[in-house]
Amino acid sequence: MMGNFMATIFNLVFLADADRSAAPWMPVAGTEHAHHVDGVFTFINAICVFFFVLIMALCTYFVLKYRQKDPNDLPEPSPSHNTKLEIVWTAIPIVIVVIMFVYGFAAYMNAVVAPENAYQVKVTGRKWSWTFEYPNGYIDGNLHVPMGEDIKLLITSEDVIHSVYIPSFRIKRDAIPGRYTVLTFKADYASPEDGYNLFCAEYCGTEHSKMMAKVIVQEREDFDAWLAEASDYVNNLGPLKAGEKLYLERGCKSCHSLDGSAGTGPSFQNLYGNPHPLTDGTEATPDENFIRESILYPKAKVYSGYQPVMPTFKGSLTDPEIDALITFIKHQSDNSRAEAEKIQADFEASKPKEEEK
Amino acid sequence: MATTTDTLPGRPYGEVEGNYLTHERGLLSWLTTVDHKRIGVMYLACISGAFLLGGIFAMVIRWELFSPGPTVPGLNADRYNQIFTLHGAIMTFLVIIPGIPAALGNFVLPMMLGAKDVAFPRLNLASWYLWVTGAIFAVTSLVMSAADTGWTFYTPYSTTTQTAVIPMTIGAFILGFSSIFTGLNFIVTIHKMRPDGLTWFKLPLFLWGIYATAIIQIIATPVLGITLLLLIAERVLGVGIFDPTYGGDPVLFQHFFWFYSHPAVYIMILPAMGIISEMIPVFSRKHIFGYTAIAYSSIAIAMFSFIVWGHHMFAAMSPLANMVFSAVTFSVSIPSAVKVFNWTATMYKGSIRLATPMLYALSFLFLFTIGGLTGLYLATLGTDIHLHDTYFVVAHFHYVMVGSTMIAFIGGLHYWWPKIFGKMYSEKWGNVGCIVTFLGFNITFLPQFVLGMRGMPRRYYDYIPEFEALHRLSSIGAFIMGIGLFVTLFCLVYSLFKGKPAPDNPWGSASMEWQATSPPHYHNFTKPPKVGDPYDYTDLVWDPKSEGYYRKAEGQGAA
Repeated sequence: MMGNFMATIFNLVFLADADRSAAPWMPVAGTEHAHHVDGVFTFINAICVFFFVLIMALCTYFVLKYRQKDPNDLPEPSPSHNTKLEIVWTAIPIVIVVIMFVYGFAAYMNAVVAPENAYQVKVTGRKWSWTFEYPNGYIDGNLHVPMGEDIKLLITSEDVIHSVYIPSFRIKRDAIPGRYTVLTFKADYASPEDGYNLFCAEYCGTEHSKMMAKVIVQEREDFDAWLAEASDYVNNLGPLKAGEKLYLERGCKSCHSLDGSAGTGPSFQNLYGNPHPLTDGTEATPDENFIRESILYPKAKVYSGYQPVMPTFKGSLTDPEIDALITFIKHQSDNSRAEAEKIQADFEASKPKEEEK
Repeated sequence: MATTTDTLPGRPYGEVEGNYLTHERGLLSWLTTVDHKRIGVMYLACISGAFLLGGIFAMVIRWELFSPGPTVPGLNADRYNQIFTLHGAIMTFLVIIPGIPAALGNFVLPMMLGAKDVAFPRLNLASWYLWVTGAIFAVTSLVMSAADTGWTFYTPYSTTTQTAVIPMTIGAFILGFSSIFTGLNFIVTIHKMRPDGLTWFKLPLFLWGIYATAIIQIIATPVLGITLLLLIAERVLGVGIFDPTYGGDPVLFQHFFWFYSHPAVYIMILPAMGIISEMIPVFSRKHIFGYTAIAYSSIAIAMFSFIVWGHHMFAAMSPLANMVFSAVTFSVSIPSAVKVFNWTATMYKGSIRLATPMLYALSFLFLFTIGGLTGLYLATLGTDIHLHDTYFVVAHFHYVMVGSTMIAFIGGLHYWWPKIFGKMYSEKWGNVGCIVTFLGFNITFLPQFVLGMRGMPRRYYDYIPEFEALHRLSSIGAFIMGIGLFVTLFCLVYSLFKGKPAPDNPWGSASMEWQATSPPHYHNFTKPPKVGDPYDYTDLVWDPKSEGYYRKAEGQGAA
């Protein structure tokens, strides 16, 4: 029983990702660079554990051996300094940290020198979602990259400072408004089915902890097929399903729930077609125009009880995408659900059947 | 007139003629006092109050993180963000930065010099009032709509958020001046009020620590003040300094902020190292090892602290800047390591007495060694890029600020408690409090290192399920630590009412403050204290009757 418990803890702490992690405790390594970093980590670990154990062992030994027996005990006279010893224990740490610095700097340089001919993806952070724009202009909520190729992320932010953090790649770079930063990597291994985690590491407000995305590493031909399919997703999926994809991937869901619970923004459940007071004292009944305006100019009309914190999506959502989102939001209201389903059904009916081609 | 009978056991509390606690009574006599001892006690009371408040916020944070998703009823993400901001701001600006210098330093520093008071007693009282004013501003922001920026106030978040950032920054600005006044006072006092024969290298090492701290306080703190004023100017007047929508540079704020706040880390740790340098020799009854090295290493740390701030921004700066800052950051580790080796060597062939203050000193050695060594992972570029802004950093700085500074503060409080209040606390409960706090602390923060390595970012209200087990362990540790701190609090407060009267020198220290009565006379010393080596214990003899030490030369109860 106890043994079982200990084994579980041991597995959790030491072996969880032993298959591809050089250093225990680190998340699964997705790049060669991650192995370098783990190597540096293990090196520092060894030195730190050595010195920690040495100092603690000496302390324990001294406390046990020289424990006072009588308050009048005066210790044997011993020197209160020793120049030779003191020079030695200053010099040794200096040598060690110089090695540590060089080793760590070398591993770092591997990751910051941008290779030529890298595949560039533009990353934009905003409160509270990431978007990834591919060379063909397609924008996705997750980062898909071809395996084994140099990738260059060109990073910026639309509002406050965020930070792109991919633990499995051991890399991190701030997304700073008004400037570009760069992160480069080469994903040497295929990712797990559901991808690696990508977090926001710089505190950015209410939904900071929900500002996540996935990193999916695929073989080149799978990646190309995915990009071609995904780029045309409005036409491929139809308005309702495309709207759902946008809702999930482009940041709507961090603030707008579907189950009626209030988040940072109002829930989409029964939002469409139902009147609600605004902060300026008037009332609005959301229709297509209201939703379009709220997406493009979110501070123009704000539901009462909510803060005007939504960023604009002007320029980042195309007209067909906004239409798809409107259809999706319609689908969340009892009184317009049938209408949204009809739009999707008409789309399905008009779509040429794959197998007939 | 005090006589040597003061040192005899069984003396009723407050019976020392003209002791500083009883020579005047009433609240007004405290609020208008310029006595450094009373100001120290007032700081102690106020800082303890702030520590309790910050501690309650810490417990709420750990409760919320016990499970993923919303955990504490009524605590949404916005409230959580305000609470971790208040926890950080209160603990740094109101507790850890002023803690040791203002409370213990104020009480002990003039007495260690054999002086009657600090150089500028009125300025000393003024800095206490500034602390109180700053605290009121910080707490006002609580009842308005508490700031949610984190204690670091990063722009442009802090210039655009809807919460009450301005009261909090004004509070920090005022607290900065309190800190500058205290630092200035201490520098002048150490330079000008030493008696004949007390040369720089006969000063107790606590004073070297405080002196190095004071240098940082007066050089670095004005930079924080200016930065916070610029922040307020941007928020109120829309002047474009940091916010890119006005043409400012958000990273500039981080440079300004850390130019103060990194040295501030050493404002926190240097006095703590000073306390350890006092306690380890006393409880080993042996001269401190490598006095000169420890003294110079304090000054070295103070100097290096000004050139390493960039290591807080490795994820935002160019590779060249990163290289330089990584290299210089390692320089701080050398004097810190030297101190640890010296403390360890001091115990070699000593006569070690495991009284409560010594337990704290040993806890400090354990925790500071971890806190210091984990700094190496963060100074190294390759590993820092991964660990930056994760729980690894959270654990690292808690090991330094709480595990080291706070533990040294509480240890120092136990060490000087008999002198300050003239009462002995229960050794047993003192030990229990120390051990429970020590265990709780490690259970809280060791798992956080692992969380950070596995990629858990800091300042998260929610987290993915794979982090749950480690977060739970951490929360349980925090609650244990809370219990330990309460045991300590009750042990000390109980002693005020029921404790045995303290002898003048219960631990057998050779530094000058122990030549005064316990509690000290209003004028500190009734006869000129004898200047000597503060680490020479050879002529101190144990008196079983009073359970304290006296100097052989003087004879016990003679004269």
